[in-house]
Amino acid sequence: MIARYCRPLMLAAAFVAGSIPAFAQSLESRLVIITSFSKDLTVPFAQAFEKKYPGTKVEVQNRNTAAAVAFIRETRSNPPDIFWASAPDAFEVLKKNALLQKYQPQATGIADKIGAYPVNDPGGFYFGFAASGYGIMYNTRYLRANNLPPPKEWDDLKKPIYFGHVGISAPSRSGTTHLTVETILQGEGWTKGWATLLEIGGNLVQVSDRSFGVPDAVNSGQYGIGIVIDFFGLSAKASGFPVEFVYPSITTIVPANVGIIANAKNPKAAAAFVEFLLSEEGQLILLDPKIQRLPVRPATYAKAPPGYPNPFKDKSLGARVNFNADLSESRYELLNSLYDRLITFRLKELNAAWKAIHEAEKKHGAGGSAEAKRLIAEARRLATSVPISEKEASDPAISGAFQAVKPGQKTAGRQAEFEEKWDAFAVKNYAEAKALADKALAAR
Amino acid sequence: MAEFAIKAERRWLVMSRDLAASRAQLAVLLFVAVFLMAFLVVPLLRVIIVAFTGPEGGFSLVHFGDFFRTALLREAFWNSLYVAAMTVVLASLIAVPLAVILARFRFRGAALIHTLGVIPLVMPPFVGAVAMQLIWGRNGSINLLLNDAFGIRIPFMEGLNGVIFVEALHYFPFILLNLAAALSNIDSAMEESAQNLGARGFALFSRIVFPLALPGYVAGAALVFVKVFDDLATPLLLNVTNMLAPQAYLKITSVGITDPMGYVISVIMIVCSLGAMLLAALLLKGRDFATQQRGGGGLSRRRLGPWGTRLATIFVVLTLAVVLSPHIGILLLSIATVWSFAVLPDAYTFAHYVTVYREAGPLIANTVLYCGLAALIDVVLGAMLAYVVLRSRLPGRRLVEQVAMSAVAVPGLVLGIGLLRTYYDFRLPFSGESLGTFWGMLVIAYAVRRLPYALSAATAALQQLHVSLEEAAENLGAGKLGVLRRIVVPLMAGGLLAGFVTSFATAAVELSATLLLVARAPDAPLSYGIYVYMQSAAGRGPGAALGVIAVVIVAVATYFAYRLAERERGRKSRELF
Repeated sequence: MIARYCRPLMLAAAFVAGSIPAFAQSLESRLVIITSFSKDLTVPFAQAFEKKYPGTKVEVQNRNTAAAVAFIRETRSNPPDIFWASAPDAFEVLKKNALLQKYQPQATGIADKIGAYPVNDPGGFYFGFAASGYGIMYNTRYLRANNLPPPKEWDDLKKPIYFGHVGISAPSRSGTTHLTVETILQGEGWTKGWATLLEIGGNLVQVSDRSFGVPDAVNSGQYGIGIVIDFFGLSAKASGFPVEFVYPSITTIVPANVGIIANAKNPKAAAAFVEFLLSEEGQLILLDPKIQRLPVRPATYAKAPPGYPNPFKDKSLGARVNFNADLSESRYELLNSLYDRLITFRLKELNAAWKAIHEAEKKHGAGGSAEAKRLIAEARRLATSVPISEKEASDPAISGAFQAVKPGQKTAGRQAEFEEKWDAFAVKNYAEAKALADKALAAR
Repeated sequence: MAEFAIKAERRWLVMSRDLAASRAQLAVLLFVAVFLMAFLVVPLLRVIIVAFTGPEGGFSLVHFGDFFRTALLREAFWNSLYVAAMTVVLASLIAVPLAVILARFRFRGAALIHTLGVIPLVMPPFVGAVAMQLIWGRNGSINLLLNDAFGIRIPFMEGLNGVIFVEALHYFPFILLNLAAALSNIDSAMEESAQNLGARGFALFSRIVFPLALPGYVAGAALVFVKVFDDLATPLLLNVTNMLAPQAYLKITSVGITDPMGYVISVIMIVCSLGAMLLAALLLKGRDFATQQRGGGGLSRRRLGPWGTRLATIFVVLTLAVVLSPHIGILLLSIATVWSFAVLPDAYTFAHYVTVYREAGPLIANTVLYCGLAALIDVVLGAMLAYVVLRSRLPGRRLVEQVAMSAVAVPGLVLGIGLLRTYYDFRLPFSGESLGTFWGMLVIAYAVRRLPYALSAATAALQQLHVSLEEAAENLGAGKLGVLRRIVVPLMAGGLLAGFVTSFATAAVELSATLLLVARAPDAPLSYGIYVYMQSAAGRGPGAALGVIAVVIVAVATYFAYRLAERERGRKSRELF
């Protein structure tokens, strides 16, 4: 009886035991990795990997995501082996251009989902090896100097007291910010989600063009509060900057990925590297205080220091919505452009509108005449509206205009035409909202 | 009859000489044209072709129509023009007095000022931005002090005016270098004649000296205009997105965005830059700046009176304090433990230098090698091209010049992609390494992008050189090559040096093409090392330490170049008198 149950297990064990040394012996002598991760993360992994496979020399090439994608595209005749980065959008682009290789990781004990997101690409082209939560980072000296209470929840960031103190990176420039924005839209619904984004947008002092620009500015005290991924905040604190990081009670978890590049010259070493990242020892490296990422292997959390966030236990981490990946994909490029039109490129106008609304609301408080209330409500409506509906955003006739041209696909216009319309919409609405709020301020 | 025969013979002689000359000149022009074709035009076209491809494929200008139909881009266009023009004004206010003090007066520490005047060109990526914000930002040292003392903040780093302020601090050396070179090329006899005729002081300067140095000033000012028009780093630093360069950059570098508009904007920027350069050339057209007498060692330097000295010293010290503030900030960052929301860092340490000590060596060696070679290529090509453009009547020479100048507007990432696309499949003999990721390609990328600086400097220098000097040498039996070697090049030395220094200094901190073309860590220059560190909070100090090293390298190179030029000048003067 026991033997009957054990036999398959033993077979599996024998298979695993037999395959690993075989695979270790025949690794190629080098492994070329393209990554956007910082040295803090890449060096420990590269060193541990070289220690485990002494015959293989790891070459790490640091590039920002845009340069990395361009490099992989241009070098496809003799490509590097591994692409290792956060941005899921970069992996999607590579996958669509057939620049990634399918692979079936052998590692066991890896979760299927972390937070709301599937850990691996369903197509098998890239794999999550770690995750990170989004949260709020703030500079304690800055808040003290400006007499500001530390924000705790996303909704706090809408408060008038934080006007001109908050920074974020643009979703078009940061794949992880994009996922956070998408999660807000899926969680609150299109209309309400945009209202939230635009109201927080009113308080933004800067929409950075690179993810690290936000922690950089908060570290310097250029502005006080940044919407960032956890390890940016945690590692800055570990480096001695006067900053703190908090997870809002409900937040999003975003994966960090690895993939093997199509026609990699060192496929065995590449596969071994992916397996290493997912292995017990690889996952343990993620707990290093300079790295601070969330392992995708639930068992690893047993070895984490107390207080380490655990998305598999703590349900508020990323569990808010059931993330719909198809919906996200159908409007990916469009969403980036829309956010830039409504917020990034018209930040000054949006700030002015919300400043006026805040002032009018402050004057009238809970009271105020019906006329003032009506004006404020109308101003709020204008400053929180979005030019297209959820259905239109996923309509291939519109969203297709923002994607690579597919032969035979008809769209309702060119990207530039939509963008011009949205820009005009934003400029007009924000100006009117400001005018109405100014009128409300003057009213009794 | 005999007279006619002599005339005919002379004409024949002249013609044959022209023909022989133009054969050599033709070879030079062809050489430069082939270089530009191979490393600029073809790679560039392979990338920006999408700007001319319609939604259904095939040639189309529909995207250019979209550009002018888009309010945001029209606004960006005007903003870029405004910022570029105003920066020229502000940069001139800084550079012209400095150049005059340097070239016209005996001033102690001139070599030092010359060197320090170049350093603003070296703005290490990311580190420079962080340092600028820490000093001039809305919570930078200056505003924190102002706020404590008077309860006010001045938005130095906000909006278009902030961009103008930072750009002027950054790029005024283009004017300083070119104008100083031009001033020291003026024949002192001109000045003396004017003095004999009664011109003094400001009249002498504004009616004789400055007009004669105009080619240098215009070359510098046009470079500032074009560079600022196309500059990306500063608007990004200040987070100003409604200008052309950031609009193009955000489109081109956003992953997964396939919008051709980024490339359309790039094409428009190239066209505008060429237009500005043409305008500058028109401004100088039909005027003669050349002076025949040489070897007098340029304008005589005079002593300043006690008040003059004091005024000049105050001006120089104040100006240097402002223009070098980012570098002082970088220095502080490199020795700071933590610097956050404070006038000065919390405490000081040398730990960051220890951190970078082991890897700095190869990074420095690579930077010096790549940028030195690139600047050398630039000076050689720039001098050759300037010579052919100004001294020959070959058809197409202006076109080649325009193509070379257009490199100033080509985004580094676009050139990098183009070079990879064109050369990655070529294998080097022996090593089998790809030509696209061979370190030499980085040298070429730097050389192509910095060629406009050296070319403008060389053109300005040659414009001040009278052709009669060359003709005289030829009449005395010197061959074309001999004339070049013994007359033209030595007399252009100041301008060529300015070109070398600007090319070298700006290449030393180039990042966008570097990030794409560096394929192996051992091949990486300093800018790559800085990039790698500046991606994490803990890397800020070490990144700044590498930034300081980059600045020091450029300073040392400039100082020696300047001393060399001064020695040449001294030697020439002695030979004459």
